[in-house]
Amino acid sequence: MPTTIKIKAVINGIAIEAEAGATILEAAQKAQVKIPTLCKHPDLVPSAGCGICVVRVKGNRKMLRACCTPLEAGMDIITHDPEIVQTRRTVLELIMSNHPTDCLVCGRNNNCELQKICAEFGLREARFEQMLPDLPIDNSTNTIILDPRKCIHCNRCIDVCQNGQDVWALSFIDRGFKTRIAPAGDIKLAESPCVRCGQCSAHCPTGAICENDETQKVWSLLQDPEKYCVVQIAPAVRVAVGEGFGYPVGTNLTKKLYALLRRLGFKAVFDTNFGADLTIMEEGHEFIERFVNKKGPLPLITSCCPAWVDYLEKYYGDMIDLFSSAKSPHEMVGALSKTYYAQKKNIDPAKIKVISIMPCTAKKFEISRAADMSASGFQDVDVSLTTRELIRMIRQAGIDFRQLPDESSDLLLGDYAGSGTIFGATGGVMEAALRTAYAAITGEELKNVNFNAVRGLQGIKETTVNIKGTEVRIAVAHGLRNVGAIMKKVRDARLKNEPLPYHFIEVMACPGGCVGGGGQPYMVNDDIRRQRAKGLYDEDAGLKHRCSHENFYVQQLYRDFLEKPLSHKSHELLHTKYKSRPLYTK
Amino acid sequence: MVVENLQDDVKAVVDRWKGKEGNLIMVLHDIQDRYGYVPRAAALEVSHQSGMPLARIYEVLTFYNYFKLQAPGKFNISVCLGTACYLKGAPALIEEVRNILHVDEGQTTKDGLFHLQIVRCLGCCGLAPVITVDQKVYSAVKKSDVMGIIGEHSKTI
Repeated sequence: MPTTIKIKAVINGIAIEAEAGATILEAAQKAQVKIPTLCKHPDLVPSAGCGICVVRVKGNRKMLRACCTPLEAGMDIITHDPEIVQTRRTVLELIMSNHPTDCLVCGRNNNCELQKICAEFGLREARFEQMLPDLPIDNSTNTIILDPRKCIHCNRCIDVCQNGQDVWALSFIDRGFKTRIAPAGDIKLAESPCVRCGQCSAHCPTGAICENDETQKVWSLLQDPEKYCVVQIAPAVRVAVGEGFGYPVGTNLTKKLYALLRRLGFKAVFDTNFGADLTIMEEGHEFIERFVNKKGPLPLITSCCPAWVDYLEKYYGDMIDLFSSAKSPHEMVGALSKTYYAQKKNIDPAKIKVISIMPCTAKKFEISRAADMSASGFQDVDVSLTTRELIRMIRQAGIDFRQLPDESSDLLLGDYAGSGTIFGATGGVMEAALRTAYAAITGEELKNVNFNAVRGLQGIKETTVNIKGTEVRIAVAHGLRNVGAIMKKVRDARLKNEPLPYHFIEVMACPGGCVGGGGQPYMVNDDIRRQRAKGLYDEDAGLKHRCSHENFYVQQLYRDFLEKPLSHKSHELLHTKYKSRPLYTK
Repeated sequence: MVVENLQDDVKAVVDRWKGKEGNLIMVLHDIQDRYGYVPRAAALEVSHQSGMPLARIYEVLTFYNYFKLQAPGKFNISVCLGTACYLKGAPALIEEVRNILHVDEGQTTKDGLFHLQIVRCLGCCGLAPVITVDQKVYSAVKKSDVMGIIGEHSKTI
């Protein structure tokens, strides 16, 4: 066991001890002091961009940036004195001098790191003349809105887009006063490699990149007496929404959410977990077709993540045949709401409006990405909101969320097994698929349904699963930067006609999977991702039925409507196609 | 521009600098030497052939003033904005060129004739303010001279 080396130093006259490698910013906690910063995000490496975290180290004439200065043994550090505070104020005043002040109508109003720090510093007047750059808003993706005037050049979005996600849509263009965030050559985001994962928006400290807020659209639908609004919540939403209302991170609020959604005016409350169980039935059988019956190429690659679908179409056009044709869970629930549910309840499907609450910005794009997304004869999902938008709607409705009673979902498209709920964490889809594939291949139920090797936050998880003597090689990747290594192995093996490295691959675009999605509450880091995932795994462990094929309402759906997995009707409603797309359309 | 040639041109340049540290700038220099600017099609081709993301290529292209993203005109008008020229009224000259040609700094007129460049000190401060059109130097230029200078060149077409 490597022992951690401790370093002794003094901060504001208080002797502290911190682990070697800690920065001054991190070590300051040990002296019960918080050094302010705007550009440093707990999830990202420091960029030393904003200059607010300056501190003084005795013996050094310059002020040092605490975010990127490692603590050294014997350092004597002052974090706050009049000159340091004045320097920070000046930096803030300079940032303000080219930042719009229309906070009241900004997507980050009351939830903005710049606004908060200005409030903390008690700035009461703009010392410098305002010089706002004349840059247009980019709403071309319809999922995230880029307003480069509100950018403070912290580098977070570019770091997540380039290094975290390996997408390379965003970059800094030009230099000095003209520096701006934009895709290469000032084209629109929709013309760039952007896959709409929204990690930029989840990491932005200001309103420079926000999700496209569609809450007003949903309110209008809810208030229209001619419409029959139904709603579904994704797995990851239930363990994150509580962060907006003071719950401990990872609290699973499924049943409160059902009650809430009814009070907002939805006529039926479904659960995307039902769709997840259904996805497993379709995708699981697709795997069996390819793996056992040798019909179709391997490895099978999961396709529930729309940002990953977009990424694959752009970066791996030669591997589209490997993609599962199964639609994502919420699209399945959407298509069934306007067919199966409409028929069962005798409702005109033209009046049904499906709203999805998702941890995701890319889902806003997915709902109209191809003609298949209108398999019911109407657009299957009408609006897709993020968790952040739902939190806003709850506040707008004036509902005391914490005091709500527990309720149940509308079971027809709302019941679920444990497999459905773990879809929200990296490895969850693979684990759910293995549970059902095992039963389908062997005709026996697993005694222990836990596949611990695919859980957790390691970037790439590889393991071999033994299904009654047959080895299934699997890989799980989350965070798009981890996809390249896996896909390269597959591509190389295919080109050289060598044995395949894997039979089954799961990919989720966001680090941690959907629990760390681009539409989730702000300030995520690995601890938070773990706790949100734990909220899902704990629920799974406590459920009576843990495998998708045990879901009674899924069984009923096949009996009454779809016949069997991969039936003609399933293909019509629940499957889709992909096509190779250029990285740049301009 | 013929696309076939573009691919070959870029390949020659990318191969020339392959494996050398910091080669992106050298590649872009060679491209600009070849075409007079860095066309977007060429930048895309460099990205495709070298595996360097286009976003990174444009970060470099827009960071350095030297790189041009637009085709230069038949005539390149450079207005000096060094200290001496600035004090002697160069801003008004730039304004006048803009008004006459309807182009901004770094842009070329729609007919492809004139490209406006703003430069820092041409090394002849005694002649301030200075405008050059390609190799020809105009000294102590007044605002009212600008139309004549432009006219002199458009007449040669």
